[in-house]
Amino acid sequence: MTLLFQLLVNGLIVGALYGVVAMSFVLIYKASRIVNFAQGEFLLIGAWTCWWLLTSWQLPFWIGFPITLAFMLVFGIVLQVVVLRPMIGEPIISVIMVTIGLSIFFQALMKWMFGVFAKPFPTIFASPTVNIFGLDVQTVYVMSLVISLLIMAGFGWFFKYSRMGLAMRATAFDQQVAQSLGISVRHMFAMSWAISAMVSAVAGVTVGVVNGVSSALSFFGIKVFPAVILGGLDSVAGAVLGGLIVGVLENLAHYLDSQWLNWGNMYEIAPFYVLIVILMIKPYGLFGTKDIERV
Amino acid sequence: MANISLIPCGDFKTRYAADTTIFPTRTSRNFAILGVALLLLCPAFMDRYWLNLCIQIGYLGIAALGLNILVGFTGQISIGHAAFFGFGAFSSAWLSNSFGIPVALAIPLAGVMTTAVGMLFGIPAARLKGLYLAIATLAAQYILQDFFSRADWFTGGTAGTIAEPFTLFGYAFDTDESFFYVVLVYVVVMYILATNLMRSRDGRALVAVRDHYLSAEIMGINLTKYRTMSFGISSFYAGIGGALYAHYLQFVSVEGFTILFSIQFLGMIIIGGLGSIMGSLMGTAFMVLLPEVMQAITTALSGTAIDAALNLKDAIAFLREMAIGLVIILFLVFEPDGLAHRWKQIKAYWKLYPFSH
Repeated sequence: MTLLFQLLVNGLIVGALYGVVAMSFVLIYKASRIVNFAQGEFLLIGAWTCWWLLTSWQLPFWIGFPITLAFMLVFGIVLQVVVLRPMIGEPIISVIMVTIGLSIFFQALMKWMFGVFAKPFPTIFASPTVNIFGLDVQTVYVMSLVISLLIMAGFGWFFKYSRMGLAMRATAFDQQVAQSLGISVRHMFAMSWAISAMVSAVAGVTVGVVNGVSSALSFFGIKVFPAVILGGLDSVAGAVLGGLIVGVLENLAHYLDSQWLNWGNMYEIAPFYVLIVILMIKPYGLFGTKDIERV
Repeated sequence: MANISLIPCGDFKTRYAADTTIFPTRTSRNFAILGVALLLLCPAFMDRYWLNLCIQIGYLGIAALGLNILVGFTGQISIGHAAFFGFGAFSSAWLSNSFGIPVALAIPLAGVMTTAVGMLFGIPAARLKGLYLAIATLAAQYILQDFFSRADWFTGGTAGTIAEPFTLFGYAFDTDESFFYVVLVYVVVMYILATNLMRSRDGRALVAVRDHYLSAEIMGINLTKYRTMSFGISSFYAGIGGALYAHYLQFVSVEGFTILFSIQFLGMIIIGGLGSIMGSLMGTAFMVLLPEVMQAITTALSGTAIDAALNLKDAIAFLREMAIGLVIILFLVFEPDGLAHRWKQIKAYWKLYPFSH
């Protein structure tokens, strides 16, 4: 029973991270209608940058981390302006393929620069575990949960109250109307990529601290799909919920598997079975808006 | 009209038959026949290395053509093509190993089996489009890959499985020289089939679904039927390609059919040209030769300052992957219609040659 409980807690923590990544995925989709297959690479690049700053330059975490975020901000803008901007108005397959191309390009680049083996982060916390309600939880997990919640709250505030967040929502709702209100749509596209890259990097660093940095991080970008499809592609709240559900679900599948089924590897594959089922039953997810097409 | 030997400077077609014909002129047909005849001579003067590349282009080209029918002609996106390719490879090996079915028969049967699996994953395709379908096929990729590593009875599990060589009337096509002919025959047959499909009523329906699915539906085209059919055809081609691959290498391992391989297939058709039959083959050739060219460049650069700075020898595997990604992006940004479009432009230039304005 303890194992089950532990797995559920793990699931919620990992799920919160999925939620964060899914949120930044949805941000790009909402703003610019681009499905970003390179989301996982944002995590990867962010984590490696932070790792590099911390190990090669011996910077303390509280300096290295903001530098990483600043770098990802610039990186997101540059990527949007150089690669994605020429693709505006192209058919959906071209845009998808560009992000897939980016994904394998950066994945290979990172492998080339930093090697294929997982490298541990320098220790950030003095005590490895803390005791919460009689459960031993790793400090980094607590940190990751706190960070995830902070980011979610931040997103909530950003879209509800900040000027840019409102402008971004307006852009997502109707680009022409937004433009006529004096919002620079190109600016909003670039910013959505920048913020998405930054937030993903936070998730990347968190996972990196827990598991070490390796190219396996980019698998997060794939795991995001079940989460966003479950929640609905254009719903931020749905993304969070979808992330949590997928996180808990894969841990439950793992539990079932280790206790009774012994198929192995259910942890990785279960979300994809769920994905197929959702797509068959409710393709627009729990909170997504259904496309209504008029001729 | 059908008997003129050169393309006239303009479009003077008066019948639909002239518009849909495969070879517009006598010359183009003769050239195609000559090309195949020249290929027949290849094993006589090519060494093993080049033959191996040609065979690769052949079986990958068949699978790429299948993907092009799905993506380029029907406008449905699949990111799981390598998994279907792999399924074809395993089913052909399984059929010939477990049931003693002759390989020559097992290859088409493997195509049929892969079609069945493709249709199964194509059920969501009947309802979904574009992006959602892309994600569904992504799931198919991972589920099938997982199935390969788990189904010992089918794939031999992690150890992989041995495949019999291709035999016909007691003669084993187990060398590069002889297997080249098997692949060549399959390539010619499959490409002619696809070309004819696209000239038919069903082919035009597929293109209509791609161009505007709502209008297509209003015109009476059954979307569900044609989307699923396209998925099935694409899997069939993937299965045939995979089966040829299995009997060429005579060994299939579970590791090969990753998502990177699927992306490579997509890269092939984007580079070759979406919605172009011969483009699929050009793109495949490009994709197969790309690593070879890169290898040649690295060898040429070895010992120089660039080599010393970047340590190219160890990096070649990653550089290949990077090149694949980069080539896909560059083609999409600068030449979205692919090599086939380039080829057409070259032909158009010569059509009007001395007076191009």
